Amino acid sequence: MSVLLIAEHNNKEVKPFTLNAITAASQMDTGVHVLLIGNNCGDVAKALSEMPSVKKVLHAEAAHYENYLAENFAPLVVKVSENYSHIVSSANTFGKNLMPRIAAHLDISQVSDITKVISPDTFIRPIYAGNAFATVKSTDAKKCITIRPTSFEPCETSGGSAPIENIEATEEFTLSKFIKREEVKSDRPELGTARIVVSGGRGMQNGENFKLITDIADKLNAAIGASRAAVDAGYISNEHQVGQTGKVVVPDLYIAVGISGAIQHLAGMKESKIIVAINKDGEAPIFSVADYGLEADLFEALPQFLDELNKLNSIQK
Amino acid sequence: MKILVAVKRVIDYNVQVRVKEDGSGIVTENVKMSSNPPDDNAIEEAVKIKEAGKATEIIAITVGEEKSQETVRKALAVGADRGILIKTEGNVEPLAVAKALQKIVDKEKPDLVFMGKQAIDDDCNQTGQMLSALLNWPQATFASKIEIKDKILEVTREIDEGLETIEVSLPAIVTCDLRLNEPRYASLPNIMKAKKKPIEIFTATDLGVDIASRVQLIKVEEPPKRKAGIKVASVAELVSKLKNEAKVI
Repeated sequence: MSVLLIAEHNNKEVKPFTLNAITAASQMDTGVHVLLIGNNCGDVAKALSEMPSVKKVLHAEAAHYENYLAENFAPLVVKVSENYSHIVSSANTFGKNLMPRIAAHLDISQVSDITKVISPDTFIRPIYAGNAFATVKSTDAKKCITIRPTSFEPCETSGGSAPIENIEATEEFTLSKFIKREEVKSDRPELGTARIVVSGGRGMQNGENFKLITDIADKLNAAIGASRAAVDAGYISNEHQVGQTGKVVVPDLYIAVGISGAIQHLAGMKESKIIVAINKDGEAPIFSVADYGLEADLFEALPQFLDELNKLNSIQK
Repeated sequence: MKILVAVKRVIDYNVQVRVKEDGSGIVTENVKMSSNPPDDNAIEEAVKIKEAGKATEIIAITVGEEKSQETVRKALAVGADRGILIKTEGNVEPLAVAKALQKIVDKEKPDLVFMGKQAIDDDCNQTGQMLSALLNWPQATFASKIEIKDKILEVTREIDEGLETIEVSLPAIVTCDLRLNEPRYASLPNIMKAKKKPIEIFTATDLGVDIASRVQLIKVEEPPKRKAGIKVASVAELVSKLKNEAKVI
């Protein structure tokens, strides 16, 4: 038996979290087959076939697979699932939306958002916003698993030559229709995979003040994050939100500015290697997880921070 | 139009949860319980639709122990018309919850089912998608905006890349994001009135649903503690530490 990994892609490129999911899948069983469902996505099939951990690529094409609607994807996954012991995808909005639909069709109790593979049937997953970790054992014959991307290294992307097998598409689910996607384009590193993240909270006071964060992020080649409070207040758009219901990030350096540190925010960033907190309230909970805390007014500290960075001879990229 | 809203009773979001000393679970004795926050958004949205004259009845449902009636009562106080409790003991996995909800959907035939996108206790994010699979209905997950257009629902979804808009035909399942609306507080007169609204009680056996656990909980542990950090006196010291001590910039 092998693992069936559902690839996330945009019909042109493999999305980065698929690489982390392949690593996790190969810890469950070394026979990882990738299922690619899309429209005119031949380049993606080729890219996947070159990943050494991938033993086979199953490739299905149809116009109604263009926009990854779970209602269209799930029946195909169910159809090819018979010969697999595990069905795996990443626990981002793609996998969260899709996997439970597959699991219910197969009458499987899904294990969500695992951070560690103990054995092929036993996994560790965070609960209560990461305030506890549960070790769980799935007793279903087949497992449906989503993996927390930041807990697994990305797999190698070259050197392999897996066969690509074309498979037949399933019918379209006509009751759901994709209308549009508004993606925010950015030249910065992606929040989920960036080495450095600079985040702002309610303390930023308004959207214009995020310029102070942007300037530092530019200097450090960092992604920009935000607390839910800052997003809800309209200072910055939702795809920047870090936390229990936003994105989970594990950068080498996380700089939290004007963020008090609600449990829900800490859930999204407290595994970061180094945490810096800049806040004028010395009692703010964010200081309890910070390696370096600076109790200061951010409107004075951030311009100084930029000056200090400008004085450095070199900055790691 | 009839709307079914599924809610869950969970440890209040402000409580710092503690792991039991024997590693068998989370301490729930003498801990403040509340409704799952995004379920409040689900109720709010249903009530707004009814207030706009587009729905005739809202049914609030929960799966859980006897005390979960409190959570249904809260929904009734905010504007749901009647309640249903499917009484269970211990942890019930999302697949089992979805199967129990399916039985009620078969019976009540709602046009819409709302629920929060994720419960903040087990963080599974599964039930809505599973219910739509079992019913073979459309699913609109992580909804931050909803517009009803006759028998079609236009839903804006929160996705990693930004926002996505889809249209689903009714009947459909919607799982709600915290950004969907601002849940209201129940007024005292409405809390009093809610006490008189009916709550029907079923067991899993009544419904003929197998809710046996498929995922065994082996143990629960505290997350690794971060070592205590330091306070720096100035920005210059901070940058120097990051450069020379942590070596991250």
